[in-house]
Amino acid sequence: MKKPTFLSSRDAEYLVKDAEKSVNAQRRNFLKQGLTLGGIMLLTGCDLSDNASVETALLRMSRFNDRVQGFLFSDRHLAPEYAESDITRPFPFNAFYDRDQIPQIDGRDYQLAIRGLVRDTRSWSLPELYRMQQVNQITRHICVEGWSAIGRWGGIPFHHFLQVIGADTRAKYISFRCADDYYTSIDMATALHPQTLLALTWDNQILPPEYGYPMKLRIPTKLGYKNPKHIQVIEITNRFPGGYWEDQGYNWFGGS
Amino acid sequence: MSQPTAVIHPLWVRVCHWINALAMAGMVFSGWRIYNASPLFPFSFPSSLTLGGWLGGALQWHFAMMWVLGINGLIYCTLGVVTGRFARTFFPISVKGLLKDMSLALRGKLQHADLSHYNMVQKLAYLLAILTGVMLVLSGLVIWKSVQFPLLRELFGGYDTARYIHFFCMSFIVAFVVIHLLMVLLVPKTLLAMLRGR
Repeated sequence: MKKPTFLSSRDAEYLVKDAEKSVNAQRRNFLKQGLTLGGIMLLTGCDLSDNASVETALLRMSRFNDRVQGFLFSDRHLAPEYAESDITRPFPFNAFYDRDQIPQIDGRDYQLAIRGLVRDTRSWSLPELYRMQQVNQITRHICVEGWSAIGRWGGIPFHHFLQVIGADTRAKYISFRCADDYYTSIDMATALHPQTLLALTWDNQILPPEYGYPMKLRIPTKLGYKNPKHIQVIEITNRFPGGYWEDQGYNWFGGS
Repeated sequence: MSQPTAVIHPLWVRVCHWINALAMAGMVFSGWRIYNASPLFPFSFPSSLTLGGWLGGALQWHFAMMWVLGINGLIYCTLGVVTGRFARTFFPISVKGLLKDMSLALRGKLQHADLSHYNMVQKLAYLLAILTGVMLVLSGLVIWKSVQFPLLRELFGGYDTARYIHFFCMSFIVAFVVIHLLMVLLVPKTLLAMLRGR
């Protein structure tokens, strides 16, 4: 057996280089922070935002705000509904990719998978979903960026769907995985809110690809990034699932 | 030995003032970054003047600082009313006095020799700044929680209108701060008074 050496000469060289790099980085940081003390006084921020402990504190505040929002949330308060003439036309397309990357899904093969804390984990085909109880709503879609647009969605009240699949409504989270690799999750109280829909239509047509064919979650009490499109998997869970934007720093509760 | 003069700003006023200055700066500079994500008007704020680095970071700052701003503001207003300081320093305001002081101010003749006494222009400016601060918080609540506060939402004309109100209130506060700082430059002893009380 070959006796392992502690460090090959090449490893040692890399190690020294790494150490130099980190020392240099520290020196650079020190200079940067020193030079921008005035900048910090002016709160121009980028340096503040790069600071790891500041970032941790802000994330903690964001999680605290999740709890506050959960506490404030009541399913007796409904999002305003609008008249047909208020609908924004054309309704904006918005995603973390361009139009040419909208997933093209064949409805004949589509299966909605159900996982986690439910009585019935069998999958659902599109015709089965179309046959369930449907309702319509004209509500305001509010983007985290600030803009908003009014649209009409139709579909299955999500609380009804959860009841049909025998979801454990004492669970904390519902997570969604989508055909465009998007993922997000919501709290149970919002899932049970009367206006939360498994949307299958937009403006009385089958949900078009750009708005999430064949099915999206429409939550008028939440910001756009909490309204996942092209949903393939729904999971009821107690383990915090996070989300595509949430894991990068958007507030997890993300709703009003 | 010089005679110690009377305290103009009690400790609680000074503490609240400086916490508010920090919180307001944090709210305004992060707010500008949030504004830039979807501008209401055909202009954006220079990124170098904003806080947060990107929209997500700016939102984190905004929704963390709002607690500092809100709680500090609540303490300030409560003490201001309870101690009678608001009544003493901001009132009475009369239209006649206001017009007189305004014309003096415009001709550059308005004095602020006695720091414990505010002229009418100051009284109005400080009162409006406090009221605008309250409006900022309320319109912010409508934007943040438009479903949970239906009465507020209706009072502010709905989500979209609340965004404009929030923006205009911010503009007023920023204008107030600019003038406020210019006045401090003109009468630097006011800065000392806000630091050590006298």
